[in-house]
Amino acid sequence: MNIHEYQGKILFKQAGVKVQDGVHCKTVEEAVNAYDYLDSKVVAVKSQIHAGGRGKGTLYDQETDNLIMEGGVKIAFSRDEVKEYAQNIIGRKLVTKQTGSGGKIVNNLYVEAGCSITHEYYLALLVDREAKTILIMASTEGGMDIEEVAEKTPEAIHKIWTHPVDGLNEKDALEMADKLGLSGHSKQDLVSMLESLSRMFIEKDCSMIEINPLVKSDSGDMIALDAKVSFDDNASFRHPWMEEMRDHSEEEEVETRAHDHGLSYVKLDGNIGCLVNGAGLAMASMDVIKLYGGEPANFLDIGGGATKESITTAFGIILEDDNVEGILVNIFGGIIQCDMVARSVIEASNELGLQVPLVVRFSGTNHIEGKEVLDNCNLDVHTSSTLAEGAEKIVNLTRGEE
Amino acid sequence: MSIWIHEESRVLIQGITGKQGTFHGTKMDEYNTNVVGGVTPGKGGQFVELQNKKVPVFNTVSEGLDETGADVSLIYVPARFAAAAIVEAADAFQEKGGGLIVCITEGIPILDMIKAVARVDQYPEVRLIGPNCPGIITPGDVGGCKAGIMPGFIHAKGRIGIVSKSGTLTYEAVAQTMSVGEGQSTCVGIGGDPVNGTGFIDCLDAFENDPQTAAIVMIGEIGGSAEEEAADWAAKNMTKPIVGFVAGSTAPPGKRMGHAGAIISGGKGTAAEKFKAFENAGIYVARDPSEIGNVLVKALKDAGLR
Repeated sequence: MNIHEYQGKILFKQAGVKVQDGVHCKTVEEAVNAYDYLDSKVVAVKSQIHAGGRGKGTLYDQETDNLIMEGGVKIAFSRDEVKEYAQNIIGRKLVTKQTGSGGKIVNNLYVEAGCSITHEYYLALLVDREAKTILIMASTEGGMDIEEVAEKTPEAIHKIWTHPVDGLNEKDALEMADKLGLSGHSKQDLVSMLESLSRMFIEKDCSMIEINPLVKSDSGDMIALDAKVSFDDNASFRHPWMEEMRDHSEEEEVETRAHDHGLSYVKLDGNIGCLVNGAGLAMASMDVIKLYGGEPANFLDIGGGATKESITTAFGIILEDDNVEGILVNIFGGIIQCDMVARSVIEASNELGLQVPLVVRFSGTNHIEGKEVLDNCNLDVHTSSTLAEGAEKIVNLTRGEE
Repeated sequence: MSIWIHEESRVLIQGITGKQGTFHGTKMDEYNTNVVGGVTPGKGGQFVELQNKKVPVFNTVSEGLDETGADVSLIYVPARFAAAAIVEAADAFQEKGGGLIVCITEGIPILDMIKAVARVDQYPEVRLIGPNCPGIITPGDVGGCKAGIMPGFIHAKGRIGIVSKSGTLTYEAVAQTMSVGEGQSTCVGIGGDPVNGTGFIDCLDAFENDPQTAAIVMIGEIGGSAEEEAADWAAKNMTKPIVGFVAGSTAPPGKRMGHAGAIISGGKGTAAEKFKAFENAGIYVARDPSEIGNVLVKALKDAGLR
């Protein structure tokens, strides 16, 4: 689960990480008031969306798609400028490198006191799956796209790892400060920031904290000018406050709905819907559809505990997508019994008035019974015994070939 | 032989009185697996009825090991308690000189797993498989040892070792070996979580040293770099042929595909990179899981094994 920058900064403040004063706003009026309140000659007016690349993004009008403004993060030197930028941002569509061409509507704004910058750094904490512990990654090339830095000058990225049980070692933190060329007050500041962030990472069950840029002010303070924080959804049971931080408008409604029914769904751009049990097999089904010249419309894992109800919901979700011209059901029965799936498929098809071709491939537990159920129903269902055959069939059917 | 479990392995089930524990315990018993007991704190002294027998419940793993001499502990404990269950089993096995822990549970917080894996790694004689996996199975002459949730009946004893991050895709691989008349030595599901116990390399190493195993099928998926590392390792250390498949060629970047670990982030962890690493390492690649059988036949023929 991701949160907004302004929320991340509240957590930073609580953790003892230095941030600039700022105000979260939802209207132009609030933004102007925030400027007065902050009493800073220079402020940053920042679009709040769950995607990176905001500064280099472009704002468009929601309805007309007319270009409104270049840059989703603006530096304002006056009250009027704050007003102008806020008007250009709130309720607009922000398209960045990470949002895709559809962009995201900006409902939240953060107005933050400006700060004198002598250098920009990059800092991130994340789980290193190979080292099986938390990795702290920093670079002197702040403000830039870190993937680009990693590609072009990997030696500019410095890494330290926390101990899985004991946490961050101060010696490592000091070494990191040295590698970033920090000394005196700034060095101490960075070390205490790394300690605070490591503690916060564990206390809040984060999956990532990214600060880009982390800046050194002209007085040598190390300040987090950005905050990208995400949490491990699996740990939400011990953090009831997480739900309060969730911005539902930033999440795909259909993916959330699927999740609530025990389904795992990701929408894609193709025309062949898939309904599969198991994440690996669901991905493989998409891959094989592509291999036979089709394009998958979605990833959908119905999970091991699927029921008639969840399968009907899954069918409904697939068919909500207007691009879907055919459906491939691929079940390898383990715990799930193919005949149960067959009956659910028939019921869902009747209930939803299925109009597109349907190919079903069963294997494993009760696959013979499952096929019998389908063979004896009045639906136009095609069956196949292997995934390849099923994929080929559905691709041909969506092209109007038998 | 086989790897890590065999027909005589004695299996304890943590969480045996829960719905999943009892259901799968029964299925395991049905498959002739030697289920010797279970653990549920506070329910020690009770018995659980499986397919062919009743097994005792203990309050702690340590007690269970003392009473039953189990060498495998299988975990069906809910996610929020599962890491603690792993640690309990690891400590108990350590006292007894070692053992195998298999954790089926999905959805364990990643920071819990970091700590649990660190604990297991302190004990060289204790192995963890999973979490978020189907488990491990060694088919025998009649049934076999099934420590997990896979359907037993699709397997048969044979000479192909299977290792996979995915559940049902592993079954697919099993079915593929069967379609070309080959059985399995041991099938290991290592799980789809970003931080887990046993990895691909551990499995390849064990299969390489297992006389029953003639060839290996390795199934990866997007995310992380375990497949690339395994391929590099295999190129240097494996003499037995490997057939590889990677799921997720069509997965979009930045989207989690069901498994917590199945995500392409920062342009890393793509299926294309993994397939390339497989090819560079001399692994026989199947681009379509329905082709695994045919590719396996070719690999066996090239090695003079068929």
